[in-house]
Amino acid sequence: MNAASSEFEPVIGLEIHVQLKTNTKMFCGCQVSFGDPPNVHTCPTCLGLPGALPVLNARAVEFGIMIGLALDSEIAPRSLFHRKNYFYPDSPKGYQISQYDVPLCRGGRLGAVGIHRVHLEEDAAKLVHVGESGRIHGSDRSVVDFNRCGTPLVEIVTEPDLHSAADAHQWLTLLRTTLRQLGVSDVNMEEGSLRCDANVSVRPAGSTDLGTKTELKNMNSFRFLERGVNAEITRQIELRRAGADVVPETLHFDPTARSPDGPSGRLTSLRSKEEAHDYRYFPEPDLVAMVVDEPMLAAATAQLPELPAARAERFEHQLGLAAGRARDLAYRRELADYFERALAAAPEGSSAAVELSNWIPQLVERIGSDADPGQTKVAPEALAALVAMVTAKEVSRDAAREVLTMLVQAGGDPRAIVEREGLGALSGDDGDHLRRLVESAIAADPDAAAKVREGNMKAIGPLVGRVMRETQGRADGGEVTRMIREQVAAG
Amino acid sequence: MTEVSELTELGGARAAALVRDGDIDATALFDAYRERAAADELNAFTWIAERAPEQAPPPRAPLAGVPLAVKDLFCTEGIPSQAGSRILEGYRPPYTATVVAKLQRAGVPLLGKTNQDEFAMGSSNENSGFGPVLNPWDRTRVPGGSSGGSAAAVAAGLAPWAIGTDTGGSIRQPAALCGVVGLKPTYGACSRYGMIAFASSLDQAGPLTRDVTDAALLFSEMIGQDRMDSTSLKFPEPIALPRREDLKGLRLGVPEDLLGSGEGAGIEAGVRESFESSLATAEGLGAAIESCRLPHAPHALSAYYLIAPAEASANLARYDGVRYGLRIAGDENLETMYGRTRAVGFGAEVKRRVMLGTYALSSGYYEAYYGSAQKVRTKIAEDFRSVFERFDFIVTPTSPWTAFELGAKTDDPLAMYMNDFCTVPMSLAGIPAISIPSGLSGGLPVGLQLAGPAFSEGRLLDAAYALERAIGFDATGARA
Amino acid sequence: MLDRAQVLHVARLARLELDEAEVERMAAELSKVLDHVEQIRELDLEGVPPTSHVVDVTGVVRPDEPVPSLPRDVILAQAPEPVDGGFGVPSPGPSSE
Ligand SMILES: [Mg+2]
Ligand SMILES: [Zn+2]
Repeated sequence: MNAASSEFEPVIGLEIHVQLKTNTKMFCGCQVSFGDPPNVHTCPTCLGLPGALPVLNARAVEFGIMIGLALDSEIAPRSLFHRKNYFYPDSPKGYQISQYDVPLCRGGRLGAVGIHRVHLEEDAAKLVHVGESGRIHGSDRSVVDFNRCGTPLVEIVTEPDLHSAADAHQWLTLLRTTLRQLGVSDVNMEEGSLRCDANVSVRPAGSTDLGTKTELKNMNSFRFLERGVNAEITRQIELRRAGADVVPETLHFDPTARSPDGPSGRLTSLRSKEEAHDYRYFPEPDLVAMVVDEPMLAAATAQLPELPAARAERFEHQLGLAAGRARDLAYRRELADYFERALAAAPEGSSAAVELSNWIPQLVERIGSDADPGQTKVAPEALAALVAMVTAKEVSRDAAREVLTMLVQAGGDPRAIVEREGLGALSGDDGDHLRRLVESAIAADPDAAAKVREGNMKAIGPLVGRVMRETQGRADGGEVTRMIREQVAAG
Repeated sequence: MTEVSELTELGGARAAALVRDGDIDATALFDAYRERAAADELNAFTWIAERAPEQAPPPRAPLAGVPLAVKDLFCTEGIPSQAGSRILEGYRPPYTATVVAKLQRAGVPLLGKTNQDEFAMGSSNENSGFGPVLNPWDRTRVPGGSSGGSAAAVAAGLAPWAIGTDTGGSIRQPAALCGVVGLKPTYGACSRYGMIAFASSLDQAGPLTRDVTDAALLFSEMIGQDRMDSTSLKFPEPIALPRREDLKGLRLGVPEDLLGSGEGAGIEAGVRESFESSLATAEGLGAAIESCRLPHAPHALSAYYLIAPAEASANLARYDGVRYGLRIAGDENLETMYGRTRAVGFGAEVKRRVMLGTYALSSGYYEAYYGSAQKVRTKIAEDFRSVFERFDFIVTPTSPWTAFELGAKTDDPLAMYMNDFCTVPMSLAGIPAISIPSGLSGGLPVGLQLAGPAFSEGRLLDAAYALERAIGFDATGARA
Repeated sequence: MLDRAQVLHVARLARLELDEAEVERMAAELSKVLDHVEQIRELDLEGVPPTSHVVDVTGVVRPDEPVPSLPRDVILAQAPEPVDGGFGVPSPGPSSE
């Protein structure tokens, strides 16, 4: 579904919370965990007991710096933590320790989207609704689990540079791959280690003003993100068309709710922003300024792998891949890694890159779109060898596809498969045999041959097809075409 | 062996030496104090140990076996730690504050927890959720606050020594009003871990003792960087027992901004007299005394009463009836549960300061209140820095007045806040200050405050020791 | 000066339920204190940096090494409403955090 319209342009900015994959929490030594029984990873600090104090996790700072570097942000040599005050059972101290006016990172860019800021903060506890408790009659209860409380988070705020839900989806994929490649997070939306809020507004097409924005909270999968944003764009455009105002508010997207006519999913307003929030930020007196010095920057830089955006650039400009193909591979690390391993094994070296890259989608088609080719029976060396045979015209493309299917099923050496199955190309030694097949094809369809002779090249298709069928795909299509044209011209 | 009745006459340092030498028995010492504490009529204690510890103190422990009274604000594992508040009534923490743990490792058994103003907010101990503490010099009067229980217990000989906390004067002022020694250390000298927070950028733990020697000994075991407190610092030198007998070569500054006109004029005549005579004593010991300026100090109180409540408003947000402490069910509605729990659990002064602090941080007022107060803080710290270029220490009366009658100032919060007029500037600057008894006025103790630059505790204790010897304060009036 | 509405607004932010008499008294007392502390507004503080901390240290961190957590029964022993290994509360509306 595409909610764009020619009258209005959506403007979307994202706020992403990423749980960092540290051993311990942001401000205490409790283990970072997922899926454990409730309240087994707590201490005075993350439970907000009287007298407890926070102490900053060095690794979380390092991960923050790595993320900042990967997003091309400016890393602040000195940044501050603030207290963000609000009452809610998931907030044991009544405030969240977060960064406010002096964050760790400012500015930056990832792909086509500008980064506004990146800062460190702590995660809240988990509130589980249990309904009417047996102990307390007639009342609706929830239970707080503090295992998650204090897990290190990085909050990434983008500039409002996105203009469709699909773009938002694609960009978030890029961000996820980038973070995964950094090794700083599990970035799993379903498990909540990657959470995304979207700020959405619409403006008349061609205008550069920003309309009133609403905030969409906690869309917990890529699909829901796209659907939620689309639903909100649609809602805002309808409001604007009806001459009504968009109210700044926080919305919750419930993907399971169904409306009779529209697409599934419903937006419900939380509370109106201005009345509810006065966070009373002030500098956290229990912490001192966070400092990033040269050795810390150097250590973080040394841990940076090549990131998807840079890898796509390299695939495009150094290896000559088409831009779209380069991105398709680079944005999925497992594909890019496989491709590069195959390329390293290619006897022709990097000149095989383009041909080899064309075979990755073929492979993906056979192993399933989510599978990691590195985990299949097709060794990257085998793919490289197969592609080399294609390039050397030792096997036709059609036959090579068949070989690839066999590799996926059972693995093995492609050359051995070609020999065993008799799939070698009909050329060279088999030239006479192929010539006879061409002659009989022309004889069998004189009409087509006549058309080809008159210059109607479309008519050559059936002739080529006939030869290919006869050879069971072993002939090279280009070679057969050339031979038919020669024969027809000569005859 | 020393007689039981004499055991409680011994100061902390002397008792520790005798226990170490095997001249007195640690259990007998503990029991003697336990008995006195149990007979407490001042309401100084909120909890008293049932028996002496089964294990003897480690033989070489520096504070071997001398029991300690600990302000209720410190968390002590498994022992009620209620910060003087009904909202924490019966709360037993699962861990012990670093400072208390350090002292325990130094051989100090826990005698009891002492009463205090709720969350350390107060200067009279009348804000305790567990009733006021009485001044042992005159039981119709307040002991000062917020560490009033610790000060009264030490003054009355119910404990050999005690620790308290000081945010704007909460060790020094009750020490002055009870006639004992109280040291507020350099901010960061003692770990705040496990000390229930009032105003985090100001709170500091410190000793309340019978004399300067005890203060030095106790303090020497409290200091040190703690990896659990990011704002704690490595103390640059060990603290030795004070020995200095004169003040030769020392320059003492008398800040006219705190004593001269305006609000400084509120200092009681008797306090002023005692102060003047202390200055004469100091001069007699060889000190050079000169007037100095702290131009922003008169504004310290205003800055303090914005900064401390602001921090407190956040520090006290955790008392919400969810994880521990009091809960008042609120018609099964979360918001009402919060509102009622805090309404019932907090006393009037705590509510006032939480309101004040919330307001000072709220949208549209932050810059005018909290922001300005932080700038005043900068100016005050600068004032001290420039004064300490010319002076070794600053001297002032600790409190503008002696112990006042219970109820005398409870109806006027602002008048109560004036107690801290001379102590708050040092708190904002984070510098150490000590209060020692300088004499009596109308039968009530007067305190003398000496303040020095950050980490000057060693020299400060030395100077206080010389003055203490020369003054020869008679503390027996509190031990009737 | 703090009026009734402001007192109620601040009390709501601070989650303090005040009765009528307390609202009145709070307005009067806080106004008096604010009148006093507002004297600092008369100072020339132009260009003065704020001090939120007097300690002269920065960059305090701890290594990312786990330390034992508290046993669950210990923490729940203090809980007003222990339920299913957790802390029971009346269900709130959704957080807008
Ligand atoms: Mg956030
Ligand atoms: Zn923890």
